Amino acid sequence: MSAALLPLVQLDIRSRRGGTCESEDGFCPDWIVDNLDRYVSPLLEHVVLTMVSVGIGFAIAFAVALLAHRREWVSAPVGALTSVLFTIPSVAAFLLLVPLTGLGPLTAIVALVGYTQVFLFRNMVNGLSNVGEETKDAARGMGLTERQLLWRVELPLAVPEILAGLRIATVTTVNLATLAFFAGAGGLGAQIYTDITFRSNVVVAGGLAILLAALFDLLILGGQRLATPWRRAAAA
Amino acid sequence: MADQHRQAAVVEFDHVTKRYDAPTGRDKGKPTPGAVNDLSMKVPAGKICILVGPSGCGKTTTMKMINRIIEPTSGTIRLQGEDVTGSPPDELRRRIGYVIQQVGLFPHLTIADNVATVPRLLRWDGSRTRARVDEMLDLVGMDPSIYRGRYPKELSGGQRQRVGVARALAADPPVMLMDEPFGAVDPIAREKLQNEFLRLQEDIGKTIVFVTHDIDEAIKMGDRIAVLRTGGKLAQYASPAELLMYPADEFVEDFVGADRALKRLALQRVRDIDLWTAATVRSGEPVAEARRKIAEADIDIPLVVDDHGRPQGWLSERGLAGERVRPELRSRAEPLVELDDVLRDALADLIESEVHYSPVVDPDGCLAGVLSLEVISQSLHVPPERARTSTELVEPAGDDAVSAEIEPA
Amino acid sequence: MNAVAGTPPFAANAFVEAIEFLITPRESVTGGVQVGGVDEMLTLTANHMLLSAAAIAIACLVALPLGLWLGHVGKGEFLAISASNVGRAVPTLALIAFFIAFLGLGFLNVLAALTLLAIPPILTNTYVGVRGVDRDAVDAARGMGMTEPQIVRRVELPLSLRSVFGGVQLSAISVVATAILGPLASVETLGTPIVSVNVYGQAGLLGASILVAALAILINALLGVAQRALTPRGLKAGRSEAPGILRRIPFLQRQGSAQPT
Repeated sequence: MSAALLPLVQLDIRSRRGGTCESEDGFCPDWIVDNLDRYVSPLLEHVVLTMVSVGIGFAIAFAVALLAHRREWVSAPVGALTSVLFTIPSVAAFLLLVPLTGLGPLTAIVALVGYTQVFLFRNMVNGLSNVGEETKDAARGMGLTERQLLWRVELPLAVPEILAGLRIATVTTVNLATLAFFAGAGGLGAQIYTDITFRSNVVVAGGLAILLAALFDLLILGGQRLATPWRRAAAA
Repeated sequence: MADQHRQAAVVEFDHVTKRYDAPTGRDKGKPTPGAVNDLSMKVPAGKICILVGPSGCGKTTTMKMINRIIEPTSGTIRLQGEDVTGSPPDELRRRIGYVIQQVGLFPHLTIADNVATVPRLLRWDGSRTRARVDEMLDLVGMDPSIYRGRYPKELSGGQRQRVGVARALAADPPVMLMDEPFGAVDPIAREKLQNEFLRLQEDIGKTIVFVTHDIDEAIKMGDRIAVLRTGGKLAQYASPAELLMYPADEFVEDFVGADRALKRLALQRVRDIDLWTAATVRSGEPVAEARRKIAEADIDIPLVVDDHGRPQGWLSERGLAGERVRPELRSRAEPLVELDDVLRDALADLIESEVHYSPVVDPDGCLAGVLSLEVISQSLHVPPERARTSTELVEPAGDDAVSAEIEPA
Repeated sequence: MNAVAGTPPFAANAFVEAIEFLITPRESVTGGVQVGGVDEMLTLTANHMLLSAAAIAIACLVALPLGLWLGHVGKGEFLAISASNVGRAVPTLALIAFFIAFLGLGFLNVLAALTLLAIPPILTNTYVGVRGVDRDAVDAARGMGMTEPQIVRRVELPLSLRSVFGGVQLSAISVVATAILGPLASVETLGTPIVSVNVYGQAGLLGASILVAALAILINALLGVAQRALTPRGLKAGRSEAPGILRRIPFLQRQGSAQPT
């Protein structure tokens, strides 16, 4: 059974014909242009891993943060748990989950969701609790129910902080997902790992991961600008 | 404008008590801050009732029990005869305006959306809400076309406070609660906001419960003042004049301050006090007739008036030398005090002009009496049942409105 | 292997075997050599710690003075803040791979990569910590005649120590985690049984994973304790800048403020 657990992807044995870019591990734009298509499916796997993990992580963190907002005692143990989870090296987390959830995207997603929590949960709880007492006092005094207070006042005002947490969580997830191949989930990391000494390969796969992180970051930042017009108003 | 909106409600406290857990440790034995002890009082409809007292005296607690932000331990609070616990807190609060010191505008909503908060909670339709928002912004002196779409961040402190008042008034609540509403702005802006608010209140005539720790603000703004002492006991509930003249005990006396007599001067108008009379003579009038009038008057110097009764000046002895009065003035009729002047300003005029008497004229400019330092001094010693203030003069008749007595506790 | 993917094997067995691997040496999968056992694991752990400690120490030597100086003069905010953002966006695997592909294998290259990884969190947190020091305290220090270096040493550093430690903790977490990839560049660490799973077997892979996870949690906890011991007592009582939950997550508390929002 030990062999069955082997998660490492079968290494591509490259044909090393003399004089080619590949055989010399070189950095060759020509090779990159010719071979871009081999990065398409790892990139898509990477995007899916990231979006699914962050999406599920967001939903979980949101639900728990709302609970912690109502019942204060919840936030301390949950916060401590998320920070311990964050401490575990991701490679170890992926590998330790394999015997429980098997090789494949599921295992990777379970671990990645865990890593998002520390940023998402913390920022949600902080965002909700940073709403000024005077604002809440005024809202209650005008007859907003607790539910209306949450949805019309506290959550909108927490949006910047929640989205800041989402940005960190997403960029971190893109980063950690490069190691998701340890859980047998592919991604750009698998592509790097298969040929780690080949410069062209490392540059393209690593570069795509960085670009992906930057793209997500900018998208969320743009969304945040749109969602919070009041923050751009000039102070009197 | 606002007569059709003019609705107000009586607020009654009936043996209301709020207890908090007793302080422990170092503070053991001290009174719990914010507690209220067996409070009974009635705020008449359409009046401004000020809750004032040192910090921790329970004034804010008292106010917040009206809209059930804080629930009393025992006792009943009634709004226009109806127990406030009779309806859910949220519904109750939508019928009560609420203004706090830090204003608490929603930073993520525009000014218009802020003002529209309660109308939307009450599901008013869009056009009615929009019209109301503009009306409210106009009412507090903010041009809707300029400010409607702005965010709170873009306003000054005073403007934010105005929007806070507009927001509180938006659904036309019969009662408004104001918690140190002008405490966070600078003294000059505060004075302006206070004056604006008093003018506004003349229009809207709401029942207002107003918390402050500033006795001067209380005297300026209040129709009725409830002084609370530490421990949440009502020390005195009276009109500003009564409070200044007859503080119930040493605590109230200390709290209103050593200069309470001077504060009273700022409160009473010349028309509120009994003026002296002076003989009025006209040029060419028989001297015998003039001397008869002089004998009847409170002061022995006659005033020369014109054909309309407007004072010209004080007559000299030589003017009475012949058969007929000759217009020989010893001095001009200055300073001229008006009936609507507050005593403080009138007194300042007297002192500044270094005169003993000053003619008082009515709005037409006709002589209404003579003011002197003695008159002012006497007015400070009138017994309470005769102490009047201008605000009480305009009080509408009606049992509910004027009976604002402290019920026996 | 494909046949087995998706059907989780009996998990408890795997973990028991992994623990056994950590304690008792066994013959390698390839045969011929003994692998695992306390001795080898201790050696690998020591290597892992040494590599990590060296990277963090060098990173501190670089980032601390730089962060203190930038924070003190209030310049380079963009550099100090975006260091973290960029650092977060570069996958650790890609970083190691760049070094291997362009500079080759070996201890120094891995050390350089890990140091590069460790610098941004320390730099950002130091900068943010110093900027967060009450300007009145700094003015008072200057008013009393402290020189600028004295202000940094006696006022700004002690007052920003919590934040600095938060950065060191973040760095430690990612360095310890990334040192697992050391064997890719022929540097023996706790990652060796993972990378060379064909020699160490599945038990070795799981055993090393357990060990490295425990090690990371332990190091983080120790840094937390050290931080508490070094924080000036005046800052511990009634501190108000970290409300609620943040107080209980020391290593992350300053991080949020490092994010441009």
